[in-house]
Amino acid sequence: MNFAADFASIILGGLAAGTVLFIVSVGLSITMGLMGFINLAHGAFAMFGGYLIVLAMNRAHYGFPAALALGFFGTAALSVLLERFLYRRLYRAGELDQVLFTIGLIFIFIAGTTIVVGPEHQTLQLPAALSGQLNLGFIRYRTYSVFLIVIGFLIALGIWVTFERTRIGGQIRATVDNRRMAESLGIDVDRLFTITFAFGSGIAAIGGGLGAEFLGLDPQYPLEYLVYFLIAVSVGGLGSVIGVYYAALILGVLNFVLTLYLPKGGTLFIYALTILILLARPQGLFGRKEL
Amino acid sequence: MSVAASPAGGASAAAGGGSPAAQALMRRHRLRWWEALPWIAGMVFYFAFPAYLGFGCDLLVTILFALSLDLALGYAGIITLGHAAFFGAGAYTVGMLATYNIWTEPITSLLLAALVAGLIGFLSGLVLLRAKGLTLLMLTLCTMALLEQAANMAHAYTGGFDGLPSLPIAPVFGVFEFNPLYADTQYLFALGVLFVCFVFVRTLVYSPFGQSLTGIRENVLRMHAIGSPVRRRLMICYTISAAIAGIAGGLWAQTNAYVNLSALGLDRAATVLIVLILGGYGRLYGAFIGAVAYLALEHFLAQIYPTAWQLGLGLLLVVISLFARNGILGLGEMLWRRYRVRRVKP
Amino acid sequence: MSETRLETRALSRNFGALKAVQAVNFKLDAGARHALIGPNGAGKTTFINLLTGVLSPSHGRVLLEGRDITGTTQAERVKLGIARTFQINRLFRGLSVLENICISVAERAGAAASMFYPAGRRTDIIDESMHLLHTLKLAETAHYRVSELPYGRQRLVELAIALGLKPEVLLLDEPAAGVPSAESHIILDAIERLPNDIAVLIIEHDMDVVFRFAERVTVMVSGAVFAEGTPREIEANPQIREVYLGQAVQRADHG
Repeated sequence: MNFAADFASIILGGLAAGTVLFIVSVGLSITMGLMGFINLAHGAFAMFGGYLIVLAMNRAHYGFPAALALGFFGTAALSVLLERFLYRRLYRAGELDQVLFTIGLIFIFIAGTTIVVGPEHQTLQLPAALSGQLNLGFIRYRTYSVFLIVIGFLIALGIWVTFERTRIGGQIRATVDNRRMAESLGIDVDRLFTITFAFGSGIAAIGGGLGAEFLGLDPQYPLEYLVYFLIAVSVGGLGSVIGVYYAALILGVLNFVLTLYLPKGGTLFIYALTILILLARPQGLFGRKEL
Repeated sequence: MSVAASPAGGASAAAGGGSPAAQALMRRHRLRWWEALPWIAGMVFYFAFPAYLGFGCDLLVTILFALSLDLALGYAGIITLGHAAFFGAGAYTVGMLATYNIWTEPITSLLLAALVAGLIGFLSGLVLLRAKGLTLLMLTLCTMALLEQAANMAHAYTGGFDGLPSLPIAPVFGVFEFNPLYADTQYLFALGVLFVCFVFVRTLVYSPFGQSLTGIRENVLRMHAIGSPVRRRLMICYTISAAIAGIAGGLWAQTNAYVNLSALGLDRAATVLIVLILGGYGRLYGAFIGAVAYLALEHFLAQIYPTAWQLGLGLLLVVISLFARNGILGLGEMLWRRYRVRRVKP
Repeated sequence: MSETRLETRALSRNFGALKAVQAVNFKLDAGARHALIGPNGAGKTTFINLLTGVLSPSHGRVLLEGRDITGTTQAERVKLGIARTFQINRLFRGLSVLENICISVAERAGAAASMFYPAGRRTDIIDESMHLLHTLKLAETAHYRVSELPYGRQRLVELAIALGLKPEVLLLDEPAAGVPSAESHIILDAIERLPNDIAVLIIEHDMDVVFRFAERVTVMVSGAVFAEGTPREIEANPQIREVYLGQAVQRADHG
């Protein structure tokens, strides 16, 4: 009985952390799948949004939903500016230039945040409704974690439905599969990418805010979790929403279990597993094309 | 290497009998007078700045590490984010051999570091050189993270996060002691190691093998089509590059007399990439220029305000990637070519 | 009667349900000037990829001078004397024209694996490369970076890299593709001057080129050989006019 409860709480904790990882990474998967652009700075948008959300609540006393909306739209607006004026110049450049450019952006975001806000860790003040414990029948568990898991599922479902059922989703899928074909069918790929880039960054911002509990929130954020975002995206498969969802959840649970039982270096197994998966399936578990 | 003589550049070569292009190719590997400058500068530094020899050691190690990356990235076009894996392997080889008093002789220790790092390079190359693009990037990154976590996990042997301090290093040639307070021996030793490695790399890149590596970088599909054993060439190049990175790591451990996890991290891998790009990749001397520029900038900007350094570095990277893809040396070459063109015109 | 250099027997390749190449029996004679024509998507480039070992066949064999080479790799076939050019340039764009050729010549001469001897001292390789550039009238541009050359000249470099391998069988995939008509004669002249003993297979869309250059023509449609004969026979075949030449004429009319 006790073991079962422990087990359930470990799984729930891992799922909650994995959900955060998913919300942050899903935009990266879609934009990388669309344009083949190696955007290592994706985490910087999550951090930017996270700061907007946390600061709006802690300093300007916004409500939780209002702060999330601010984070989403503020980050989306910033990402549109960067995409239009900077990213766009490098779509046809080599991988190396893209890597350097986005590492440079990471440093700028880290330094900018440190200068404007300060190097200290930010904490999210949860609204009262989410801060207690929830009785799930078989165990009592933190309301916020359950809330996260549910929100993450809804976001995954929402994006999946958008992909499968709407016109713009169809255009995105077509472009991920074959960009040249999509262009010849009259899809405005530039516009499509600006929209998905903004949306992906906005979602990442929400992930940055919601996940401040789990991943923490300080200026080093984009660098600290870079490898995790990339693992979720590459193992899941570029451009595959379901793939990133599964990969992030598995990664979350695995990481939770490993840090609990093997605090020193347990994440070694995650890297080993990633290498094995990518060797066996270079396109990721759910991807259709090579990275 | 990849710089073809510009049309206006070959006016004087016609006297040599062959065409300017053939003359340029035949002369390319020959030493030029300015190639003595880095080594003269290295010796001048030794006498002029005795208080900064520790900094000098860091500089030499950084140059050597960037040089190793240049071979893989600049010449063969293998884009890696995990080169610190080999630096760390070399550093820990030297560090663990010394800590447990198994082997402390510095030169042979470096050879062992090269051997271990080269072996890891060979084994990882066997699997990851099949991949390309983001998969390759991910695999190099994960291999490095794997080693980092392994070093962390084996903290009973590696000292974990704290590392191995106060490494005993035997005197060079049994005579010249490493003095922990005054880094004169360390500096000269590092300069010597860098020189030997540089001569080796220089020979390699001007050989037909080096030429075929640039071919792989420029168009791998064509190399397959002219019957080149591309995988084998890449494996050899990656293994040598890893071995030299291992020597750089071993040298780092020796000159600092300690090893810790910072030898293996993403920070170090990103730094060496930036150093190389800043100087100009695929250019032999890019590693020198980049390391000097990087460490000098770091030194002065970080003095003003630590965060200013990071901001400056970020802006620099963005500007380089958008406007100056061939780094400082590339900019220099472009200006030099313009100057020559203008001079030739009446 | 000339001997057969390269031969395929019932060569086939499927991509899923698509039969890209079906049961092709084909012979290329020593010193041949053979053209392969057919509408877009007929499987011509796939056929070349099968001949060079880029793809392995689903069925059938490839024979070089009677020897079965079906299982050999691309690199091994190059060593056996099969070279090709590409429809879209595959050049070492950042290097000089001369270096492009030297890389190829060094690979053929077995020098490319040597690590401790300067490439600049292999004057034999450099001289041979220069000589090749002379024969293609490219010597004047030897020191240019390839990316600085006009497209027509780049197509010549594409050909020169293949010739640096001293092939016995040369496969040319639309050598004049994309070259402005004012420049295309330099490519055609170069092809006409190729050494007589090389067996040449050329994929070409331009019928003028085919009829000027080829002694034999194979027509491929939907992955299979539709007809084979002398240019005159092919021209006279009403079915081919309908399937293929008609299209070309139509296209010319519209253009």
